[in-house]
This record gives sequence, C-alpha cells and structure tokens, in this order.
Amino acid sequence: MNYHTPSSFSDASAIAASAKGKTRFLAGGTDVLVQMRSDIITPDDLIDIKQIQGVKDITKNKDGSWTLGIAVTGAEMSEHAEFKKAWPGLVEATDLIGSTQIQGRATIVGNLCNGSPAADSVPAQIAAGATVSIIGPTGERIMAVEDIPTGPSKTSLVHGELISAINVPARGENAGDAYLRFIPRTEMDIAVVGCGVSLRLDNGTITEARVALGAVAPKVLLVDECSKALIGTKLDETALKKLRQAAENACNPINDKRGTIEFRTEVAGVLAVRTAKKAYNRAQGK
Amino acid sequence: MSNMHVTAKVNGDEVEFLCDPRETLLDVLRDRLNLTGTKEGCGTGDCGACTVTIDDRLVCSCLMLGVEASGKSVGTIEGMAEGDILHPLQKKFVEHAALQCGICTPGILVAAKNLLEKNPDPNEEEIRYWLAGNLCRCTGYDKIIRAVQDAAKEMREAS
Repeated sequence: MNYHTPSSFSDASAIAASAKGKTRFLAGGTDVLVQMRSDIITPDDLIDIKQIQGVKDITKNKDGSWTLGIAVTGAEMSEHAEFKKAWPGLVEATDLIGSTQIQGRATIVGNLCNGSPAADSVPAQIAAGATVSIIGPTGERIMAVEDIPTGPSKTSLVHGELISAINVPARGENAGDAYLRFIPRTEMDIAVVGCGVSLRLDNGTITEARVALGAVAPKVLLVDECSKALIGTKLDETALKKLRQAAENACNPINDKRGTIEFRTEVAGVLAVRTAKKAYNRAQGK
Repeated sequence: MSNMHVTAKVNGDEVEFLCDPRETLLDVLRDRLNLTGTKEGCGTGDCGACTVTIDDRLVCSCLMLGVEASGKSVGTIEGMAEGDILHPLQKKFVEHAALQCGICTPGILVAAKNLLEKNPDPNEEEIRYWLAGNLCRCTGYDKIIRAVQDAAKEMREAS
C-alpha cells in the first residue's frame, strides 16, 4: 500500500486519477480503517488529505454562510459555539455518531462519502441545504448533498474526484433545524430511522421547509411532499397529519434485525412530526 | 511500500520509529515502542480498550495509522503515573475495585483523565456518556463511575 500526503486537493485528485488499483481517501479513518481491518477493502493507494491547508477550519463567510473543512471532526463542530448556535440540528446529528473517541476523528464528509443510508449527519446536512465542493480531473463542481449518495456504499463521485469542502448556508432569521433518530438503546448505535428538518417562519407561518429521512430507503431521502405539507401552515394538527403521511409514503425500507418494514415506516412518520416540532420551536427562539 | 520514518511525541518524549503504512498506531505502540499498556480489544473502534490521546483528544489507536502520528503528541497509560506515584484516578480504581481482568482499564483511565481535564466536576450522566465508548465486561460499570467521581473530588480538593 502506498501512503500519500498531498498538500493540495488537485494533487490528491491527480494521485487518485492516475492510480491503477484500489484507492481510498483518508480523513478521520473511522470507516476506512475498519474496512481495511476486516478485509472489505485493501487499498493500493491511501491518500491522507489531512495535510492540505485549511481542512481543519470552520469558517463563517461574509454572507453568513459556513465553510467546513473536510477534516473537521464531530468534536470540533460541537465545541464551536457560534456554528452550534446557527445549526444545532446538524451539530446534534453529528454528535450522535459513535463514542467520544470516534468524535475525535470522524468527519461529516466521511459520513457522507461512506454512503450509508443510516448515516446520522446526512439527513441533517440535506435538511440544512448544504452543498459540497468537489475537485476532480475535469475541474471543480458543486453538488447538493442529497445528490452525492446513490445507494448503499455508493456515491456519484467519479474516479479521481474528492470533496474539498462542505458549504452550509447562512442560517438567517426566524429559522431552526433539528435531527432525531430512533435506536433501540440510548447511545452508540446505528439509526433505525433518522429525520432531519429545517424550517423558516414568518410570524409563525412556515415559509421554507426541508425534511430528510435516513435509514428508510437505499439512500437518504429529501422528501418534497413533507415540505409541501408544512409550507404555509403554522404546524397545526392537520399539517402534522399530512407530514406524517408524506413521511410514511416516502419510505422504502429493508427488513432487518434492527426493524421491520412496518416498524421503520411508522417510526419515520412519528419522528418527522417530533423533529418538525423541535425545529419549529427553535425557529421561534424557544 | 517500504517502511516509513515517523517522528512523534509519546508521553512528552520525542520518539522515532519505522513502520509499514498499513500498521495502526496501536500496533506501533505495542510492537515497535514496547508500550504494551495500551490494549487491543475489538480492533474496530467499538470497545475503547486502545484509547490514547492525540494532541489531547481521545482516539482509538486501532482506528489510526502509525504514520498519521507524525508530528503529533500521543498520550498513553504509561504517561499517567509519575514514577511510583499513581495518578489519583489509578489510586481510586484500586480502592474501589473498579477493575477485574484489566483489559479495558488503561483505555478507561486515559479517557477519564481526559474528561477531568475538560470538566473537573462531571455528574454521573456526563461520566457515563463520556465513557460510553469504553466497554467493560467485568465490573458492570458502577464501580468505575464511583472511582471516577471519587478521584474527581480528590483532585478538586487538592487543587
């Protein structure tokens, strides 16, 4: 195995693009090293992208938007008071991943690129309307987070491409986000269902809504029908009923030891309602 | 690929080692630096037995490559006692019988010390959440929690 430590994303991309064998990028390593150890993957080239300048930075841009470096860990996000205040849902989703030790290494870009339908931070990233900057052999492009996963362990990134930053919009006024998941225990488990919601209000009426569901389909879903159920309402009982139905309708889950199809579908509806209420309260400053 | 040359700090001392880039930091600590206090449990980041600090942040050394430690400051259980004088946490673990087989103990001590450096007065819930990534199959955890609370109290009174 060749271990590379490029000093720029274009170098990292060039190494990956010219590699003949299996390639992996290494940031936090909490997925890659497990896969290497269990012989799921034996990379010929491992490209450590943590020595590229700026990858550990959380930057607030002039317009109020945020740029997160690809090596920013969960712990660093939780400790950043201003970012946490702006996007508490994204931070709480990330904080649910693994133990204190995992939080010291794991990154949300890795969480996204691992392609798990149950990745906790991904529904929150999608609800937030985050995008990723991508560098590859043909140049740079920006994609919405929801367009990155294409199925379990699969992404739309092509050979030689890698994510160079994650862009989170400005939070703005009268807005809030939240993430809730169901697991059968209290800590350290994989989501049976996860739900991220971001809302904006105008005098109590919802004007913008994004609802994302995890672990109920081959990839994390952005559910437009859920947004439609919420926009123009004050989150009254009728809106919540429609939201619940839309969330259930969007589900296409698997049966496994964590939960049956019926269970996951019902929980998705329940969580959508609870998460929307939490985001709504935050948008009202409660 | 041939072995790579790495320079790092371990428990405050400058160290140099050669390692294959596939070797984990855990393997390097145990097999190349003879620091066998750090234990291997699961090898996949679930049990916390191999917990060390990297630049004062907890990580599982099985989920990090040895070459990634280049230029970093690594803290292991060997850096905890000062000569023959045990750290208050170590002393309280003995007093409270907070260990039986001992495999999880180095990782738990490193993690608990890191917690008390950030929060000298954690409540029971905070301790349990902080140590949720350190599995113990012997004690049932209660004695561990009590030992950490008692050590925290002693350290607060001493400071």
